[in-house]
Amino acid sequence: MDAILIQILNGLDKGSAYALIALGLTLIFGTLGVVNFAHGALFMIGAFCAVTLQKILTISVTTIDPERTDFLGNPLKVQTPYVENWFGPEIGATIVDWAVPLAILLAIPVMILVGFAMERGLIKHFYKRPHADQILVTFGLAIVLQEIIKYFYGANPIPTPAPSTFRGSLDIGVWLGFDPFTIIYPYWRLVYFFFAGTIIAAVFAFLQFTTFGMVVRAGMADRETVGLLGIDIDRRFTLMFGLAAAVAGLAGVMYTPILSPNYHMGMDFLVLSFVVVVVGGMGSLPGAVLAGFLLGILQSFASMNEVKSLLPGIDQIIIYLVAIVILLTRPRGLMGRRGVMED
Amino acid sequence: MGILEVKGVNKRFGGLQALGDVNLSVKENSVHAIIGPNGAGKSTLLNCLVGKLIPDSGSVMFDGKSVLGRKPHEINQMGISRVFQTPEIFGDLSVLENVMIPCFARRDGAFRLHAYETVRKETDIREQAEAMLEDVDMLDKRHMTASSLSRGDKRRLEMAMCLVQAPKLLLLDEPTAGMARADTNNTIDLLKEIKAKRDITMCIIEHDMHVVFSLAERITVLAQGTPLVEETPENIKGHPKVREAYLGEAQV
Amino acid sequence: MLGLERKDTYLMLAVAFITLFAPIILNPFPAGSALAQFNAGYPDLMQRFVIFGIFAIGFNILFGLTGYLSFGHAAFLGIGSYSAVWMFKLLSMNVIPAILLSIVMAGLFALVIGFVSLRRSGIYFSILTLAFAQMSYNLAYSVLTPVTNGETGLQISLNDPRILDGPSNGGLPVTSLFGAEMRDSTTLFVGPWSWDFSVGYYVCAALMLLAFYLSVRIFRSPFGMMLRAVKSNQQRMNYTGLNTRPYTLAAFVISGMYAGLAGGLLAAMDPLAGADRMQWTASGEVVLMTILGGAGTLIGPVLGAGFIKYFENIFSKINDGILHQWFAFMPDGLENVMVTLIHPFIGKGWHLTLGIMFMLVVIFLPGGLVEGAQRTGRLFRRRDRNAGHVESDAARQRAAAE
Repeated sequence: MDAILIQILNGLDKGSAYALIALGLTLIFGTLGVVNFAHGALFMIGAFCAVTLQKILTISVTTIDPERTDFLGNPLKVQTPYVENWFGPEIGATIVDWAVPLAILLAIPVMILVGFAMERGLIKHFYKRPHADQILVTFGLAIVLQEIIKYFYGANPIPTPAPSTFRGSLDIGVWLGFDPFTIIYPYWRLVYFFFAGTIIAAVFAFLQFTTFGMVVRAGMADRETVGLLGIDIDRRFTLMFGLAAAVAGLAGVMYTPILSPNYHMGMDFLVLSFVVVVVGGMGSLPGAVLAGFLLGILQSFASMNEVKSLLPGIDQIIIYLVAIVILLTRPRGLMGRRGVMED
Repeated sequence: MGILEVKGVNKRFGGLQALGDVNLSVKENSVHAIIGPNGAGKSTLLNCLVGKLIPDSGSVMFDGKSVLGRKPHEINQMGISRVFQTPEIFGDLSVLENVMIPCFARRDGAFRLHAYETVRKETDIREQAEAMLEDVDMLDKRHMTASSLSRGDKRRLEMAMCLVQAPKLLLLDEPTAGMARADTNNTIDLLKEIKAKRDITMCIIEHDMHVVFSLAERITVLAQGTPLVEETPENIKGHPKVREAYLGEAQV
Repeated sequence: MLGLERKDTYLMLAVAFITLFAPIILNPFPAGSALAQFNAGYPDLMQRFVIFGIFAIGFNILFGLTGYLSFGHAAFLGIGSYSAVWMFKLLSMNVIPAILLSIVMAGLFALVIGFVSLRRSGIYFSILTLAFAQMSYNLAYSVLTPVTNGETGLQISLNDPRILDGPSNGGLPVTSLFGAEMRDSTTLFVGPWSWDFSVGYYVCAALMLLAFYLSVRIFRSPFGMMLRAVKSNQQRMNYTGLNTRPYTLAAFVISGMYAGLAGGLLAAMDPLAGADRMQWTASGEVVLMTILGGAGTLIGPVLGAGFIKYFENIFSKINDGILHQWFAFMPDGLENVMVTLIHPFIGKGWHLTLGIMFMLVVIFLPGGLVEGAQRTGRLFRRRDRNAGHVESDAARQRAAAE
């Protein structure tokens, strides 16, 4: 029982990331009809927003402390981040420590801008082109974006720790009546899960309760009619894209303490997120979320030693295997509609 | 005994009875029209004939063999060709290639790995296709890309593609839908010409009374998924049931 | 000739000429001159040109003709390489059995994967092929280590049985074709020029020509016409009495076998096979090559493969020092600005250049390099025959279909 529970928990953080990326992919696909292979790159850019903020916050001024000496006997050079100079050492250190959550503030405008620029500059011209062309051009864009990031940040992963408050682990097992130390779960993963849940809830609420969201949902059900109603689709499409980009970006920001960001993380997640979208059913938002969590959890079950000894290598292929089985038995995914993307 | 025998066909979509106990018999070498108001189940019936839908119950016999459970390409190989409401052609290919493909299908069956042969050397096939294009007055357009044809020419091309297979039964799904009167008349003439030149059975699903009365020898009226009457055109015009179900709204 | 139309014969001859004299054509600059870095006429690079040419030609038979976009073709490349290395280990260092097994194995895998994936079309097909390829990749890295030797990659060793060759004397044996070693080459010096003629390259080149010839035959065959019909309108195919499934499956298997051949040749040139050859980025690369050259055209994929492999090689060799040499004629300030501006696109930044080029092609030249060449050609011809001469739609379409 505790083993099962622990696997479910382990699957949650990956599942949350899949769900968030897949949600954005589905929003873009459902409203704009565009298959966005650059969506993983947006996730990565989000992650690098956190890296950037961390770097900015730790920009330091070098002062020479004559009182102390280093091991060679020279006066010690002390690096003090500017924030510590401005806000005092304690508050300054806290700000640096909280770089990752603070990066959300940076990521929202950045991601929305990136999303706008992408939609206006590129995607807009591809609404009427075949899906293959959309896949290809966004694939090219993904390469370009990841290479730009690689140029500025290098090829190595950059560690971005969570705030120290969340660095430990939580003994969830004790709460649920198990023995201590049976179910240990890192705080940050819990945070990520709740964060993802909040974002997903916010997106659904937004679509459910605002006029804008209503139009978007109507557009997902029947694009042509909404276009015929004289609603300014163009502007909404751009906003939609910005929103989807922001969701992917936030997913990336908060994921950095779990996985040190590197330039190819976007592609790695994209491939899996596409599988998630297809499993959930192209164009279905609840399907995307459900499939994201489902596959995340399945993957963590498959990496249990008991399972691996029974079916060696299953942890490596479980997601793809599930995707193949689902596509063949339920051609439209778990919750997909008829006739989407079958041309 | 007709070439196409439909007996007791039922088809449900959820709670909707699309077809209820449909019986239909199409005589060989005749032109049979199926008419009915919107939502009468005409298209559903057609889709059951070509293998796109499978009826819940009943039988569809063509030329003495059941078509049920067969795939569209198998049914075509039995001798049923279909003309669509909006012409379905190979838009990226040339007009000549469009007509050559059905010739290949007729000669080589549903699949053949003729990867090491050369299209250019298939003189028989090309001559057959060109003769067909000559027949529909399109030989001069044979090198055009099919998608660049006018709508009327696309319709002609689709007919040519169906006819070159020498089908026993030609199904036409609203062949004049959305056409101007002049085009409609052209299509009627084309169909009459086709009928005059060869032995072929035609089954037309149509909305336009003018087309139906110009062409059909027998008419089946479908309403709410059930055939009301099957009669000659003269008798249909005055039939009270038909007037009630259909002509009341169309005023012919 | 050889059952080809005159136009195709010319194309075939041109390709044959370029391939056979590539060691000379690709080395236009004297060795040791400042421009020698742009020479591509060395065996290793030329082999990659033709091998990836084969890969792209095969991919084009599937994608260019039927429109089915596979994102998992690298799996067949990898399977080809593993099969070839196993043949080198078990049977003989002769490349013939190795290449044959590569083609057969890749064909078998393509049959299975294609049979399943082709039940769906559009993006679902792309995802299915991607899923299969990623599965193969992950398995090759983990549980299949006994077969693939995991991360290290599969290599030949002295202890291998090599039934036909008998015990080796001393060092590791090398791949050969009935005694002619693949790495053997003769260098010809003419004045300041030097040209390498390598056995390995000519083996690959001969197979590429054969592969190209077969693809021309397929394009011009009724089968090829059926494949284009599949791309154009599957519904009409079905209602014309044609079963689309075996047609697409045949195209998938043929292109898988081409990929297997390419993989086998990679191993024949350098008897080593690693799982990274199967990764989805490798599948993406062949997509790039085909599109960049011109999908659905005969020569496009070969051009695309050559183009990408050439620039990959040349661009990644250029460094800041070379840039400074180029712009030395400028005033210092301007020189530095130019070097800084160009710096991100060269050396390790080559993928950035590739990505940008690829996007530009998809946006402005959906027909790839071939369409670009045709457009320029038409521009000149039009100028020749006075402005206003517009070719008929049909002629243009035929050119596009070619």
